[in-house]
Parts: sequence; structure tokens; C-alpha cells
Amino acid sequence: MSPKERVILHSDMNNFYASVECLHRPEIRGKAVVVGGDEEARHGIVLAKNYIAKKAGIKTAETLWQARIKCPGLIVVPPNYPLYLRYAKYAREIYECYTDQIEPFGLDEAWLDVSGNDGVMVADEIRQRIKAELGVTVSIGVSYNKIFAKLGSNIKKPDATTLVSRENYQAIAWPLPVGDLLYVGPSTQKKLYWQGVSTIGELAAMPVDCLQRLLGKVGCVLHAFANGLDQSPVARLSQESLIKSIGNSTTTPRDLVCDDDVRILLFVLCESVCARMREQGVLSRTVAITVRDSELFSVDRQAKLKAPSCISGEIADAAMQLFRQHYTWHQPIRSLGVRCTDLVPAGGLQQISFFDDEVNRQRREALERTVDSIRNRFGHSSVQRAAVWADQPLGSINPKGDHVIHPVGYFKDGMKA
Amino acid sequence: MIERQYDHPDKIYVQVEATFYPDGRIEPKSFLWDDGRRFDIDRVTDVRRAASLKAGGIGTRYTCKVLGRTAYLYREEDKWFMERR
Ligand SMILES: [Mg+2]
Repeated sequence: MSPKERVILHSDMNNFYASVECLHRPEIRGKAVVVGGDEEARHGIVLAKNYIAKKAGIKTAETLWQARIKCPGLIVVPPNYPLYLRYAKYAREIYECYTDQIEPFGLDEAWLDVSGNDGVMVADEIRQRIKAELGVTVSIGVSYNKIFAKLGSNIKKPDATTLVSRENYQAIAWPLPVGDLLYVGPSTQKKLYWQGVSTIGELAAMPVDCLQRLLGKVGCVLHAFANGLDQSPVARLSQESLIKSIGNSTTTPRDLVCDDDVRILLFVLCESVCARMREQGVLSRTVAITVRDSELFSVDRQAKLKAPSCISGEIADAAMQLFRQHYTWHQPIRSLGVRCTDLVPAGGLQQISFFDDEVNRQRREALERTVDSIRNRFGHSSVQRAAVWADQPLGSINPKGDHVIHPVGYFKDGMKA
Repeated sequence: MIERQYDHPDKIYVQVEATFYPDGRIEPKSFLWDDGRRFDIDRVTDVRRAASLKAGGIGTRYTCKVLGRTAYLYREEDKWFMERR
């Protein structure tokens, strides 16, 4: 190993929600258990399952009534997100004993850069501590890049360490189905399948220009992923933003004097807030705005959203409505802020697609994720909303770039096409 | 969102008297068992985060010497619980 070789862990809590529930409810241990979203609202789905439920053939995101048919006597418990957030915090406190370079990925996963250490030893120690201190198990992948580390954590479960090294990656990672790779969703998988590519090894062997023709830019990224060439650093991301709220505010380049000015700026702010929510894998249920006028008098108002969201159009509409209700234009405006609170993890919930409206929302979200990835590659100003063009000085503010130090290119469940 | 609490017969929430030191340490001195008896803690021999499988919970676990025996006292955020023996 060269001295500059990175040592990266990917730690993944096994059956996270279900494991936490089983620890806290001794009476349901040893039975088939799922954590299910909102059963009253017809579309209740399986958010997480324990191994016994998995053995019965129950799948994440299927409806609760389907799950019950497969497994009579199935125990369904509602999610307890504040408890899961507490777990995420405790897990992070353990990780922090080994490194300050920690990038959470949803609530139950994180990358850790522990370069300079024996990765397998650190991983085994973390596993033991999590089992003893948190009462749940983790699987940890150890590798020299984030992609292989993530593959590794998925290979042996529960409570196991898997090393994917330069020496063994062809034997360990290459036989895996190509769908196990970050960014490879059903549509990409299908395209690859028609080219005779069904494993990561076959993807790795494909010439990069073929992949680019087939998949566009993401083809190059996947080629690098499959060959262990990914260089992206483990971002130093705090758990705080996961737990409390995600917001952005800005002092305007000129005073705002009318509703149209405010709408432009709200769009810019909401886009950045929503991009950050998608990075963190959360949805918001409450939107708050802060308005300060030219006398520096400020108004702070919030409202519930109809459904948890990370779609900037929806958040901006709610923010605009709040603004209209509560601001009377007695003074021009000096600064404006949008904050999304009441956060819930995005896992599973957006996969419901019974209603046309929901399909439509998913499309909008997918579109915004695409914009995120374009901006991450080519800069914030590479894609702009037409509305934002109406006023260059207002529209050209890049609130995300001004606040986030590490652009992060991976989204939980995101970018999969 | 408020964290939902779980009740279980083996999880006994107890009233605790404790000393809060200026450096942030907390040392439990006595607790009130669910039958009304008060027990003095002679010594705390270990403090660490730990999961209680029996009671179903996690917290900061204080290993206490009480009447010559070892008892675990868990601090779960702002509440204290013990396992039924
Ligand atoms: Mg997991």
C-alpha cells in the first residue's frame, strides 16, 4: 500500500428502523416485524423489515396489505423518527472517535475516511462498539474508494466487515450485479443489459466511449466507479443539518419592492434548500420564511406543507403564499430567508405511485435531481429557471455555493435512472 | 416531532438523586425502586453508553454498587431506568 492510499469505510446499520424497534420492544423480538408508514392513509407501505419478515418474502416499499398476505401474524409498527435520529447521532459520536471526516448518507449509512489506519481493525472495533452501545448491528465495507466501500458493506450482513482491496476487487466486486452500483437504477440497468452487461465486471470491461454513447456523461462516471477509479473525497458533513432544519437566507443586492422580486428570490433560495435536502435524503413538512424590511424589522412565519416534499416548486409556492398572507409592503425588503423544518427521512416514502399526482411529483423531483447533478458538474449558473432570468442581479445569487463547503455528488436513492 | 416512548414490564423508570459536577459529570447517589424503597448507591464503578436488551432501551449506563451487589442504572436522555431483576 502506498503511503497516499486512502482507507475508507462505509458503515451501514442493518435493517435500521426495524432493528431499533425490536431493541426497544422486547415483546416483538423473534417475530416478523415491519416498520410501516401511515396505515390509515390507504397507501401505507413497508419502510423497513427485520430478517424474519424478509424471509417471508416481504419487500421494502410494498403495501402493508400485500405484506400481510405474505405473512399472516406480521407485526407492523409505526416509525419513530426522533428515536432514529438519536441513533444516528450516537452512531456518529462513535465514528468521531476515529475521524472527523464523516459523510452521512441518509440516517443509517456513513462514509468515514480513516486513512493512515488499518481499516479492517477500525471497522471491527466500530462494529463491536455499535453492537454493545447501541444494541444494533452494522455491516462495514473497507476499501480505497467510496464506491467499493459501499459495495463492501452490502456483501456480508449483518454485523460483518468486508475488505475490497486493490488485490481482491476483481474477485469480490466484479461478479456483483451492476444494479448494486451507485447511480445505476432500473433504466440504466436495462440499457446495459441490452449491451450484454449485467455485472460490475462486465461494465468495467466496456470501453469508456461506448458507455458515454450509451449513457451520456454518467457513462464515464460509471466506468470509473466499476474500475475503482473514483476519487471523490469523504465530505465533512454534519449530522446537525439532518436533525434540525435546512435553510438559506440572503441580503439582497438591491431592495425588493414588489411580489415579483420576492418570487424570484424565493425561487433561488428554495432551489438551494431543496438541493441540500436531496443531498441529505430528507423531506420537509414545514416551511418557514423570514422577511426583514429596510428598517430591519423582521417577520418570521411558518406553514405546514400538504405532503412532505423536497420539490422546490412546491416549497416556493408555500413560501410565496406565506409571504402574501403576512407581508403588506409597508417597507421595501432588505433580506429574505427560507427554512425547511420538521424533516423526515426520504427513504421509501416517495416510491408510492398510485396517484397521478404522485407520479407527477416524482417526475418533478427527478428533474430537480438532474439539475442538481448538472450544477455539481458544471457550476450553479449552468442551469437557470426562466423566472430567475427576469432579474439578473437577483437571479444570479448562488446561495448554495456560498454556504456549502463540500459539494457532494451522491444522493441517497437519487440520480438512479 | 416528539420521540415516542415504549412501556415494557421489565423497564422500570426510577426517581434518582444525583450530583451534577461543574465539569458536566453526573453521579447518581440514590434511586427510588418501584415498590417505594430507596436505595443508596455506594459507588459508581463504570460509565458508558450501552444498550439494555432486557428492558429495551439505550442510554448512558452507570454500573453501581448497591448493598454489595452490582446494579445497572441507565440514563436515557432526561429519564433514568433500570431492568427488572
Ligand atoms: Mg441500512
